[in-house]
Amino acid sequence: MQLTSHQFKARSREKLADANLQGALKKLQGNFVKGRADRVAELENFPAIRDAAAAIRARTLDHLDLYLEEFERNATARGAVVHWAETTADVNRIVCELAAKYDVKKVVKSKSMVSEECALNDALEAAGVQVVETDLGEYILQLAKEAPSHIVAPVVHKSKDQVSDLFAEKHNLPRKTGIPELCKEAREQLRPHFASADMGISGANFIIAETGSTLIVTNEGNGRMCTTLPRVHVAITGIEKVVPTLEDIATLMRLLPRHGTGQTITNYISVTTGAKRQDDTDGPEHFHIILLDGGRTKLLGGEMQDMLRCIRCGACMNHCPVYQSVGGHAYGWVYPGPMGSILTPTYVGLENALDLPNASTLCNQCGVVCPVKIPLPDLMRKLREKQFAQGLKPRTETWGLALWRWTAQRPRIYAMLTQIAARVLAVMGSSDKLIHNLPFGGGWTQGRDLPAPQGKTFRELYKSARLSETQKLG
Amino acid sequence: MSSRENILGRIRASLHRVDGDGATARVHAHIGAHGMSARPSVVGDLTAGFREKALALSTSIDEVVNIQSVPAAVAAYLSANALPMNAVCWQALGVLDWASHGVTMAARPARESDKVGVTEVFCAIAETGTLMTLSGAHTPPVTSLLPETHIAVLRVSQIVPSMEEAWQRLRETPDYPPRAVNFISGPSRTADIEQTLTFGAHGPYRVHVILVNS
Ligand code: SF4
Repeated sequence: MQLTSHQFKARSREKLADANLQGALKKLQGNFVKGRADRVAELENFPAIRDAAAAIRARTLDHLDLYLEEFERNATARGAVVHWAETTADVNRIVCELAAKYDVKKVVKSKSMVSEECALNDALEAAGVQVVETDLGEYILQLAKEAPSHIVAPVVHKSKDQVSDLFAEKHNLPRKTGIPELCKEAREQLRPHFASADMGISGANFIIAETGSTLIVTNEGNGRMCTTLPRVHVAITGIEKVVPTLEDIATLMRLLPRHGTGQTITNYISVTTGAKRQDDTDGPEHFHIILLDGGRTKLLGGEMQDMLRCIRCGACMNHCPVYQSVGGHAYGWVYPGPMGSILTPTYVGLENALDLPNASTLCNQCGVVCPVKIPLPDLMRKLREKQFAQGLKPRTETWGLALWRWTAQRPRIYAMLTQIAARVLAVMGSSDKLIHNLPFGGGWTQGRDLPAPQGKTFRELYKSARLSETQKLG
Repeated sequence: MSSRENILGRIRASLHRVDGDGATARVHAHIGAHGMSARPSVVGDLTAGFREKALALSTSIDEVVNIQSVPAAVAAYLSANALPMNAVCWQALGVLDWASHGVTMAARPARESDKVGVTEVFCAIAETGTLMTLSGAHTPPVTSLLPETHIAVLRVSQIVPSMEEAWQRLRETPDYPPRAVNFISGPSRTADIEQTLTFGAHGPYRVHVILVNS
């Protein structure tokens, strides 16, 4: 996916003015936020389960090399082929080589965010392979040539009417207006592709060291189709997705659907191990698994390691006041919201996503809801510090801070300047005691008002209060 | 150096892995222990628990006394819902007397054109109302996937409290692990368009469980 994170501010402004999107984001809060709260309340010992989930992910990361080797050994023993990809370009190369090897003309895909990282569809199409996205949301995006705006609900930004228009145009059929009719039309369009595709590509929500299996969760059933019907199955995932045992899956599955969509469990959880057995009547003849580094090892062993615990549930974005206001596209890459504000700069370079670690009020809603207890605000703060240390902050900001530091260390000058400022600002406030446009601070007042001060500084008020207090006592 | 070595090398360096520190043995022991983490208690009657959760997932349920009564229940369900009386089923169910209940049954894997698929299950999970099926020569996954209606025959003895018990049972099977384990929790659904729940996205529109009491 093309990176546009440097345009965060400009795109945010656009998105704030998009009434359609704002309505959808409101609804998302109602559905996903309330859904999560209701489903979590079903678990009487939720805090203990959450601790356990975080511990499982942390333990795996501390032994990542060993669990990956164990996974590879078991997957290979059952007939899968494991590939290691250092970069997203390597993933594309491996998939294209496999497509050539197996004479693949058509690929059906189930939703995979890692393949979005790789821009895999473009690579396959350039190699002359037809790619069909089969998750309804991803299919709509493919027709509209757009990028996902949410990792769980990729097409949340589009209205039903837009989908109606799109289907009528692309399918060349009478325009449908009901949602069930639209879903049925997509089903009927996609069914023939499953049967005629030569290769199915999926992601993997988890890979299991104990058995060498890959696991996907879906609601639509397209994931099952993609991993059952075509003669080749390729699963692409990040190296951090490994977990030790099947018991660990039971724990994580109590949390992922609850935090993702507000479901107790997703419709389908499919665990695939190896290729078709000798007597099986269905299943792929060839099963390949691609493990992507793609910047992940850079997070290991350092202060950002906790981020690799992420199970991609999307709860942090659903609960984030910034995401709730601007939606996913403003973030400019595959992963939006708080998790994206950490992953994008670490995977594609801090200098390419300067605004993202700052696109947060640090209110910690994300940290509170994260099912694997990732301290997201702390990590964003660390990235801000890194930006500062590497001199990546805009000049005006660095100078401003330097000036502030100089005066703050000189109490007399500080008092004098703040006294002047408090009085000037008090005069500037309009009748509603709000400043709508602050000179030199236009960026700040563009989207909000600054409450005008009363005219005296805190220290002045404190001093006079102390004075009257001592007079009273005296 | 290969990509594999490079990636594993970077991981080892980041984690300060020292050879011979016993970590490999600890990892094997950890996997072998199959330790269970904190989980909610599943209390009360498993069948009642399964029924309540499955209904909440929009699965429908019927109950019969023994396996011989299954064809009659299937016929009744199909006619009540105005569904075709032609179906395909997993091999083991082919021996039942379907014809005298008006059902034309074929014991073969489902194809694109089949409207009704009847399967058994490996087990079912009371905590979530979930069915668990395994792939195999005589238990093709397509039969629970391609038809618009999936009917699953579940014996009461197959209901376990949680996914943990389901995994334990799976480890005891001769062909462990099978190519595919599919957990099914109600009819296929999507909420991608305007977050509105719609059934029958790609898989079945209906999932009907016939609970066999004996
Ligand atoms: S950071 Fe936490 S809340 Fe956000 S997607 Fe990852 S696991 Fe979910």
